[in-house]
Amino acid sequence: MFDYNFHWRPVMRSLPDLIDAAFLTLQVAVLAMILGIVIGLCLALIRLHKTGPLLWLASTWVELARNTPALFQLFFFGFGLGAFGLHLSPYMIVLAGLTFNCAGYLAENFRGGFQAVPDTQVRAARSLGMTAWQTYTRIVIPQVFRIVYHPITNQMVWAVLMSSLGMLVGFRELSGETQFFASRTFRIFEYFTVTAVIYYVIVKIILGASRLLAMRLFRY
Amino acid sequence: MIEIRDLHKYFGALHVLKGINLDVKKGEVLSVIGASGSGKSTLLYCINGLEPIQQGHVTVDGTDVHARGTDINGLRQKLGMVFQQWNSFPHLTALENVALAPRIVKGKSRAEASDIARKQLGHVGLGEKLDVYPSALSGGQQQRLAIARALAMEPEYMLFDEATSALDPELVGEVLETMRMLAEEGMTMICVTHEMGFARDVSDRVAFFHQGVMEEIGPPAQIFGDAQSEHTRKFLANVR
Ligand SMILES: Nc1ncnc2c1ncn2[C@@H]1O[C@H](COP(=O)(O)OP(=O)(O)O)[C@@H](O)[C@H]1O
Ligand SMILES: [Mg+2]
Repeated sequence: MFDYNFHWRPVMRSLPDLIDAAFLTLQVAVLAMILGIVIGLCLALIRLHKTGPLLWLASTWVELARNTPALFQLFFFGFGLGAFGLHLSPYMIVLAGLTFNCAGYLAENFRGGFQAVPDTQVRAARSLGMTAWQTYTRIVIPQVFRIVYHPITNQMVWAVLMSSLGMLVGFRELSGETQFFASRTFRIFEYFTVTAVIYYVIVKIILGASRLLAMRLFRY
Repeated sequence: MIEIRDLHKYFGALHVLKGINLDVKKGEVLSVIGASGSGKSTLLYCINGLEPIQQGHVTVDGTDVHARGTDINGLRQKLGMVFQQWNSFPHLTALENVALAPRIVKGKSRAEASDIARKQLGHVGLGEKLDVYPSALSGGQQQRLAIARALAMEPEYMLFDEATSALDPELVGEVLETMRMLAEEGMTMICVTHEMGFARDVSDRVAFFHQGVMEEIGPPAQIFGDAQSEHTRKFLANVR
């Protein structure tokens, strides 16, 4: 049957390094989400209001981000740009790849959110003398934000998990670090088990925090 | 005073308002009646500049609504509007709904704006609902909230676009009652309505719209008792 002896000690010894790597994972995921939200918002607004080359660019971005493997998107910023002599650091490759992917998905969420706010809300606000900008920031965006809140949470979880692809472009975030230790000690199963638990805990914390924040933010 | 001269409005090729001439004096209550699609809502939107016009003029107290360079956001503060759909801002409490525009449009302080909102909500009978979100209000209450929200800007004119049409029948009364109260207080009002009782009892004049044309305008007694136009008589025969 089993002739495998579990050895957890090496894993425990490198736990501090794994935790450090977990923070790196979280950092790159959070940054990618912040950039992704800003860019995704722009992509959505372009797709709703613009025509011509800008619309084409935004649509292509969204299509590629949503309909090709995330790993390929990462490879594009690594090996793809590398082929043109543009060499990004592993950190930048992962950040760019994640941002590209998140912006594409979030753009569609935002677009749906904007379409879900009725035109009559805008008319009511404008009839009170609000400027277009005030109407957007005070009336439309807060309602869109509520609609996209849970999709954003999901995307955040997805960004954390997807960052594990970073190990395939030599980035030593949580998975890359795990792979590094695992191959040095040959305690592959133990290392990846512990790492899986760390991912699980991170995701649960994100979901919990998101739920708490939602209770504070949305009382209607 | 609102002066409308030779107003033409098109949606693409569709000619929706065909040369409207109409004056509404300070203190007057005008009801606008007519079949669905006759251009009544569009008329209101042209008065407060929510829709651009293609020909003619609309002036409010001497200011041309559609002229380049008109401070339209400033002008709209004079023109409160209440829509058929309730349009309360769902993410704000009743108090915040009403206080928002005085604060960010008129630049009132938070405290001043809240005072105004409290006063106006009390005025329309929602003094107990200050901290309630619209989702917890009935349609009639939301419509009264919309009236309070418009009144908080201290408008000189109120435009009502079928304010009761989307309400359950048992909720119509409370909103009409609020409108009647405003009329008695001397507010200048243009009320697009299907409530013929309201048009007859409350308005100084009634205008009948038919396919983008103002067919007939006159005191309620004339419109309801002695209509000059065949179309007016037909319309009234059908709604009664
Ligand atoms: N935004 C719009 N785009 C195109 N056509 C419109 C628009 N709004 C109204 N219309 C058309 O203009 C006509 C008048 O509409 P409306 O003013 O809403 O009539 P009423 O309020 O009397 O029912 C209708 O034929 C309607 O379909
Ligand atoms: Mg209408």
